Amino acid sequence: MKSPGGQERPSSHARGGAGRRRGRGGASGGPAGLVGVRSYPFAGQFPAPPPASGSLNCPGQARSDTAALAQPPPPPPPPAQTSPGPVKMGAVPNRRLGSVRGVPMSSPPGRRARLSSPGTGRSSSEAREELRRRLLGLIESNRVMIFSKSYCPHSARVKELFSSLGVECNILELDRVDDGANVQEVLSEITNQKTVPNIFVNKVHMGGCDRTFQAHQCGLLQKLLQEDAAFEYDLIVIGGGSGGLACAQEAAILGKKVMVLDFVVPSPQGTSWGLGGTCVNVGCVPKKLMHQAALLGQALSDARKFGWEYSQQVKHNWETMTEAIQNHIGSLNWGYRLSLREKAVAYVNSYGEFVEHHKIKATNRKGQETYYTAAKFVLATGERPRYLGIQGDKEYCITSDDLFSLPYCPGKTLVVGASYVALECAGFLAGIGLDVTVMVRSVLLRGFDQEMAEKVGSYMEQHGVKFLRKFVPVMVQQLEKGSPGKLKVVAKSTEGPETIEEVYNTVLLAIGRDSCTRKIGLEKIGVKINEKSGKIPVNDVEQTNVPYVYAVGDILEGKLELTPVAIQAGKLLARRLFAGCLEKCDYVNVPTTVFAPLEYGCCGLSEEKAIEVYKKENLEVYHTLFWPLEWTVASRDNNTCYAKIICNKFDNYRVIGFHVLGPNAGEITQGFAAAMKCGLTKQLLDDTIGIHPTCGEVFTTLEITKSSGLDITQKGC
Amino acid sequence: MPPTTAGPSSRSCMTGEEPTHSQKVKYFNIKAGFVNEHTVCGVAKDGKETLLSAEHIVIATGGRPRYPTHIEGALEYGITSDDIFWLKESPGKTLVVGASYVALECAGFLTGLGLDTTVMIRSIPLRGFDQQMSSLVTEYMASQGTRFLRGCTPSRVRRRPDGQLQVTWEDLTSGKEDMGTFNTVLWATGRIPETRSLNLEKAGVNVNPNSQKILVDAQETTSIPHIYAIGDVAEGRPELTPTAIMAGKLLAQRLCGQSSDVMDYDNVPTTVFTPLEYGCVGLSEEEAVARHGEEHVEVYHAYYKPLEFTVAERDASQCYIKMVCLRKPPQLVLGLHFLGPNAGEVTQGFALGIKCGASYVQVMRTVGIHPTCAEEVAKLRISKRSGLDPTVTGC
Repeated sequence: MKSPGGQERPSSHARGGAGRRRGRGGASGGPAGLVGVRSYPFAGQFPAPPPASGSLNCPGQARSDTAALAQPPPPPPPPAQTSPGPVKMGAVPNRRLGSVRGVPMSSPPGRRARLSSPGTGRSSSEAREELRRRLLGLIESNRVMIFSKSYCPHSARVKELFSSLGVECNILELDRVDDGANVQEVLSEITNQKTVPNIFVNKVHMGGCDRTFQAHQCGLLQKLLQEDAAFEYDLIVIGGGSGGLACAQEAAILGKKVMVLDFVVPSPQGTSWGLGGTCVNVGCVPKKLMHQAALLGQALSDARKFGWEYSQQVKHNWETMTEAIQNHIGSLNWGYRLSLREKAVAYVNSYGEFVEHHKIKATNRKGQETYYTAAKFVLATGERPRYLGIQGDKEYCITSDDLFSLPYCPGKTLVVGASYVALECAGFLAGIGLDVTVMVRSVLLRGFDQEMAEKVGSYMEQHGVKFLRKFVPVMVQQLEKGSPGKLKVVAKSTEGPETIEEVYNTVLLAIGRDSCTRKIGLEKIGVKINEKSGKIPVNDVEQTNVPYVYAVGDILEGKLELTPVAIQAGKLLARRLFAGCLEKCDYVNVPTTVFAPLEYGCCGLSEEKAIEVYKKENLEVYHTLFWPLEWTVASRDNNTCYAKIICNKFDNYRVIGFHVLGPNAGEITQGFAAAMKCGLTKQLLDDTIGIHPTCGEVFTTLEITKSSGLDITQKGC
Repeated sequence: MPPTTAGPSSRSCMTGEEPTHSQKVKYFNIKAGFVNEHTVCGVAKDGKETLLSAEHIVIATGGRPRYPTHIEGALEYGITSDDIFWLKESPGKTLVVGASYVALECAGFLTGLGLDTTVMIRSIPLRGFDQQMSSLVTEYMASQGTRFLRGCTPSRVRRRPDGQLQVTWEDLTSGKEDMGTFNTVLWATGRIPETRSLNLEKAGVNVNPNSQKILVDAQETTSIPHIYAIGDVAEGRPELTPTAIMAGKLLAQRLCGQSSDVMDYDNVPTTVFTPLEYGCVGLSEEEAVARHGEEHVEVYHAYYKPLEFTVAERDASQCYIKMVCLRKPPQLVLGLHFLGPNAGEVTQGFALGIKCGASYVQVMRTVGIHPTCAEEVAKLRISKRSGLDPTVTGC
């Protein structure tokens, strides 16, 4: 699911957060402050004690290779700077963060200055930081990481060595990547070694070819390789939703040992479901199917106008619909399990909770506890609907968690909230013929373009959905039990002392969703959450403040709550962690659609946000009403469907906002989103031929600007 | 609908962009023919003649369905798409002859309305379109109850005493004759341009002697520099409404010196509204291979199941997408082919993407809208070359 609130929020906090939590004392802020390669993992935490630093040096051998192996470990870092938690908690991740042995914590300023070209200093230093993080990620996530050049004979010897040991290694050929020279520079900052091959074993810098062979001869290499056994898994993903599963499967495809923990805590009404998360079970999938049920009802009434004659009275059967939808969901749940099995991902239907660093407790339905350890963790626990906190809400109200599998028709329904969940549910319930009221505290679809939001609402209002604006429920009382029963709702005006009372069969709460981040032991390992929202701040590579813990999906702070975004983020995360990929999830210009009775699709900025960012005088808004051809014969509303684009006058009239209200808005918006990725301008829209007769073609003939104030009602073809 | 020459667009420049301008266009309901290269003569229904002269003349007379007049009874008993939409009564059991998109669209909706419908095709369906897609289109139609007679050509149509039409046809492979009875025979074997009554020879405008279409250059200019032809009447142009509209607008703008932009006939998106809609833009796989060579073309494809089909237990065997790309990074998209519900709506936006020079990578970086059919386009991971199973499973 998604939150409009996150739609356009920049994630500028991410980088700052990263710098803050990773920096060490005075060195923080500079690239060197981000050094995160540790010398040894968790000294003292795991039974196998790591060798003392001196033992890295093979007895009797000359220390000539690199300084990296020779220098003593850095002093213990200061306690966590920002975490309010106990010192002990903060200290652990910091120890981990330590530094590469022997690397000065700040690189010489002169060197950095050379690296940044004048004028672009900031972005180039950012790029440098990013590269560093990427390299550290590779080093962290691979048992053996070799930075090599494909033609280098020394590199070849090292590869042969590992191959003869039967050890899988990850190799980055610097001559085969675009930024190989930069990689080499950053590597030399990290390790003080300028040459390739540059080898890391279990996050420990080995050095070059000679060093590695020496380590092999004296047994150190084997010892280091064994250390990996400390963790049972390469990756444990907590939460088997869109993002979690995508990440887990991708990691498994990349040959990693992966576990997924998924456990659905039943809703207060007792509803629970299978593998796949919100989208599949209680989100996008069932809601689109119920939306389709409503559209079919509309199609039935249109059909008479198109000549279809039917005599039977048309009724809708809730149970038939729900059963069919639940069957489909069941097949998806099964499909996911199968897919995990095929990819050898361990799936455990248990509740995951951190108990200490790298260690998680999994509790199953029977209360049995099992402990698992992993090198890396991905949090993908998602969100659950919020309750009002008023008398009777948890006892008598349902949420979207319950609606899609409700065993009886909800009857007369009050939907509380103005989120897209609220409007979609209200829309399809009304569409299948129910008496529906939406109670709205303030604005509709907060975060979405408000002109569009009001149009979505007004279409619903014209089609039988009642709206109670500026009211909030204060009490829900059960008058009668039953399926459905009768509930009395008392609501209070947000503007005055007025209260109203009404009886409904069902009250559906859709006032927002809360992240499932407070009961998974994050405090035990020091992962920071936003105390207020429960969301998890991450940097632009989805990393939390604890470096081996990542997060994807709806629980991310300031990111979009959308299935395809979570999937993309999860996949790319796995590829970055385990395949040395660089690509980051792009949260800009993500399209989405609200499946209200009249669908609303959008991509890019709302008009309000565009004005805020670019100023009104720099924008041109083109818009028009349109009448879908299919609606003409059906005698449906003329001048209701609406198309709007927002262009930046000073950027070649680039389209920065795309909004469409009409049938199949989702299908229409997708392609335009792809075009926006490729730099769509008004001129290109004008130059493109329409597909006739469709709704989408309206965007190729937009001529009227909002500023002109001209009439946009439609006349003819 | 009498053919008209969209004529004197001469000195007063009309872009047609603002509604008020429509009042400045003089409209004559007359049938026009050339007298000389600057003059047309119009004949009204009552026989009254009007002479009109103009500096520039635009021919936009379109085309009309072709009757296979060599077939006995074709003209007397058959109808065309000009008639089908105006029939007072249901056409009943119908034989559609032809393999054009008109043929398939008509056969599709007639079947959909519950009529017994047969399509007779001489060679291949949807010539000029991607052939893999076109066979999926007909496969789906067949699964929905449309009958297909492939490799057959009608030889005569006779009316039986009971009013039904008896059609005799030849099976081209076996050489055997066969016959059947229908209530309606619909010819959809192509369209001929309306050029014969224009007396083009008097103006010196050249046509293709085979197609009778007017030869034009990139500026829409005919063999006579101040006479232009746009739309279905012009040789080599896609017979599509929005193409004609844009070509007309751009021509007017050039004539008025407002711009020098010429119409880009590449990457024109279109959709065939068959029961399973087929939307496409850019090159077909065959055309891409012909132009660039098979080794330089990468085709990404997928079978998918629209969410709405699941609960309805509909068969989605033909819901299929393919994206034809150059193989060389960044893998420029050459063509997109989408078969499924709402293909027109899906294709429109992607047509823009292709116009913007979208690469495969850019399309893949576009986040999907869940759950839609269009999102499947942004999830095309399997190349034909890989030989992997392109069937989408799961969410």
